[in-house]
Amino acid sequence: MEYTVEFLSRLQFAATAMFHYIFPPFSIGLGLILVIFESYYFITKDKVYENITRFWIKIFAANFSVGVASGIVLEFEFGTNWATYSRFVGDVFGSPLAAEGIFAFFLESGFLAILLFGWNKVKPWVHLFATFMVFIGSMMSGFWIVAANSWQQTPVAYEVITDASGITKAVITDFWEMVFNPSTPSRFSHTIIGAFLQGSFLVLSISAYYLYKKIHLEFATRSFTIALGVAFVSALAQPLLGHESAKVAYEYQPAKMAAFEGLYETKDNAPLYLFGWVDEEAEQTKGIAIPGMLSYLLNWDNDFVVKGLNEFPEEERPPVNAVFQSYHLMVAIGMGLILITFLGLLLLYKKTVFRKKWILWIFMLSVFLPVFANQAGWISAERGRQPYTVYGLLKTSESYSKSLVESEVLTSLILFFLIYGLLFFTWLFVLNKEIQHGPETLNPEDNLYRQRKLRINLLKFLK
Amino acid sequence: MDYNVVWFLIVGFLLVGYAILDGFDLGVGAWHFLGKTDHERRILMNSIGPVWDGNEVWLVTAGGALFAAFPDVYATAFSGFYLPFMFLLFALIFRAVSIEFRSKEESKTWRNFWDWCFSLGSIVAALLFGIAIGNVIVGFEIGSDKEYQGAFLDLVSPYTVLTGIFNVIMFMMHGAIYLTLKTEGDLQKRAKKWASKTYFVFLILYAFVTAFTIFIRPEMLANFSFGMMEPSTNHPLIINHQIFISVVAWSIVLLNALAILNILRALTKNKFLQAFVSSALMMAAIILFFALGLFPNMMVSTLSPDFSLDIYNSSSSDYTLKTMFVLALIGMPFVIAYTTIIYWSYRGVTKIDEQSY
Ligand code: HDD
Ligand code: HEM
Ligand code: HEM
Repeated sequence: MEYTVEFLSRLQFAATAMFHYIFPPFSIGLGLILVIFESYYFITKDKVYENITRFWIKIFAANFSVGVASGIVLEFEFGTNWATYSRFVGDVFGSPLAAEGIFAFFLESGFLAILLFGWNKVKPWVHLFATFMVFIGSMMSGFWIVAANSWQQTPVAYEVITDASGITKAVITDFWEMVFNPSTPSRFSHTIIGAFLQGSFLVLSISAYYLYKKIHLEFATRSFTIALGVAFVSALAQPLLGHESAKVAYEYQPAKMAAFEGLYETKDNAPLYLFGWVDEEAEQTKGIAIPGMLSYLLNWDNDFVVKGLNEFPEEERPPVNAVFQSYHLMVAIGMGLILITFLGLLLLYKKTVFRKKWILWIFMLSVFLPVFANQAGWISAERGRQPYTVYGLLKTSESYSKSLVESEVLTSLILFFLIYGLLFFTWLFVLNKEIQHGPETLNPEDNLYRQRKLRINLLKFLK
Repeated sequence: MDYNVVWFLIVGFLLVGYAILDGFDLGVGAWHFLGKTDHERRILMNSIGPVWDGNEVWLVTAGGALFAAFPDVYATAFSGFYLPFMFLLFALIFRAVSIEFRSKEESKTWRNFWDWCFSLGSIVAALLFGIAIGNVIVGFEIGSDKEYQGAFLDLVSPYTVLTGIFNVIMFMMHGAIYLTLKTEGDLQKRAKKWASKTYFVFLILYAFVTAFTIFIRPEMLANFSFGMMEPSTNHPLIINHQIFISVVAWSIVLLNALAILNILRALTKNKFLQAFVSSALMMAAIILFFALGLFPNMMVSTLSPDFSLDIYNSSSSDYTLKTMFVLALIGMPFVIAYTTIIYWSYRGVTKIDEQSY
């Protein structure tokens, strides 16, 4: 591999985008959990929900700040590293980014101030409203950025012109058609549900830890139950939405879909791999597959002819095995999450979930699964788009900044690795501290009464 | 007036908003080390606690607006300014997370480390913003392909270093004045002293920067000459309204002078809000000078005037400018409403409670 500006810029964009994408799904998912618990508190006025809400706010805050800090980098990285791309797409792509600032980030940051510092300052309904608005704002920011990204996957509503300085660019012909391009709806919903999964599994994991340690029991059982509900519904929805994405991807980016499944030959009865390995030299895929399933899923019809990679010249294909693996990792995790949440619900129903150590272990560790699935999903979508940055219009090899030299990008890249490494471990450290500290406990009299009631309930529950 | 001019004004408005708002919180960051005790430092940090994120969104949105309206400027500026800009981003990252992380651990080393990150991050960010503005005045080596052709070190010159330091001092003054509003007792007395001391440094530097600017870009004076000097552009808005523009320009000078004088007057009379508003107006006036001197260019090429990026040859299509203008019109009232509500809710002296950083 040569250390060209292009290569280094790709590495840097991938690293910074994936680092950023650790945090937004937690923010969005926890946002939903906060809205649910604070609504409970608002309705029941039960002190325990106050403690639950306020604990998750603290976790939310630590996560949000790293999300913000790493997001600012991305906002400008299109200009710093992808200047040619920016000139080409500015007319189209800049608009959703500007809209994101005006409509989402201001909303988010404004109400965040009330969410974080307003508990004793504003009326309860104002606080609840602020929490809700932060949640809406974070989803809206996800919407605009995913819309922008979707346009570069499935570009519509544009024309390509050459300006007076001889620079070619894409120009919008219809703003809303551009925003709601063919892949926006399916990809946005898939991304948001992915975020709900990541957020709810964080709650499940921390609650499972408390249950395992037998501390903060009331807090943990309630957090666990609600989060399990959210996680189960989301886990069920995710393959359905992913299926929509796959159909759109096949229609507009057939080379990507073929790479997802390592399909070289165009054929009917195309198989769906459970797992496998693509030999790119021999143009062969080996592994365990369900015959005909890909054809069936794409068109509800086994005889459906699926386009293979052989239809595309070699330089038009994405890196096949890499995309195949990340895609299959995501799907496998998706299936796993359904299994885990289903098992959780089953044991909840049988009233043993809170004391069986092995299931608590599974929940403690499973927070990594949605994180990996979200990362793998983006890798599939973005690498699957290669060799283009704007599908069919602009090659990645033409997109980078012409005025950069290697040493500059290498310098920034190394610094990113160091700084993000430091940030990441600090974030883990702070998170761990908050977890060890735990939620506020109730005041003594309240607590004694509650403890007794809880113990009775728990005993009933456990026996 | 066409949509290109309107977007020049919108981007200008966002930058003025950013300078005024993030200006004080970078300034507070620069003073952070003069907090004597942990409690004082917490007060300094919490004085901007609820608002710094919103302030930074002005920068993010200005970036988005630049991308949408003038993509070539966005591309040329950030790729040309690559390393300084990366350092700016690193500074902003450290600043952002240090506010959240500092309070999470009692240990002295821990807190000292994040204190350093917070302070240095703020100072470096202010310095780099100043250097960037200096470079916009000096101009860039932009070729016919709209790409920056210079090297990293070309961006550093005596003039740009001067504007960099000027900006740090200006933000520090602005930040100290903000602190007088947010503190009480001994700390407030000291903040007042910081503000008046930096005020005089600021005055001296301001004189230098003005003289130096006139020296390297004398054509900027045309806007003040009631048509006696040939303007450096043939944009109809400038050519046809030279008298009007000179009147406006001199009014800004007057306003600026009054604002600057009033900072000191209000400070000595303990009218801190007045001092803060004056300082904000002064910053708006400075940016207006620059914008007026630059218009209709956004980035001047030092190689040939034909290669300069102006609001026409670097803009998006008319359709996009129009659509985005409508969106901005819808969004801006909300933005201003949120900002007002937040500042209103957190008005008054900063107190430390259980939710504070
Ligand atoms: C699905 C959601 C999603 C995705 C795909 C992205 N982001 Fe993001 N971003 C968010 C969801 C989000 C978020 C939830 O709104 C924030 C706020 C806090 C957080 O943790 O993430 C965020 C913060 C955030 C900020 C800071 C905003 C502030 O100061 O308040 C910026 C500038 C960006 N992002 C920009 C980007 C760019 C340029 C992306 C594309 C490469 C991107 N984000 C991908
Ligand atoms: C937040 C989730 C995202 C992740 C994890 C992600 C991941 C990646 C990865 C892994 C690459 C490198 C691909 C390669 O070089 O083979 C990449 C490239 C890129 N992505 Fe994304 N991406 C995300 C979101 C976005 C969004 C929302 C946009 C646009 C709005 C975007 C625009 C780009 C561009 C311009 C490149 C550079 C060109 C390229 O190498 O393909 N990405 N991204
Ligand atoms: C279970 C079956 C799943 C299927 C069939 C599926 C399908 C897909 C497909 C086809 C894409 C590519 C869309 C495109 O490039 O246009 C994609 C992307 C993605 N997936 Fe999945 N997915 C599944 C599970 C999951 C899970 C469990 C998560 C996360 C928890 C997840 C997160 C993502 C993300 C973040 C992306 C990138 C954004 C996007 O392109 O939509 N997926 N998925």
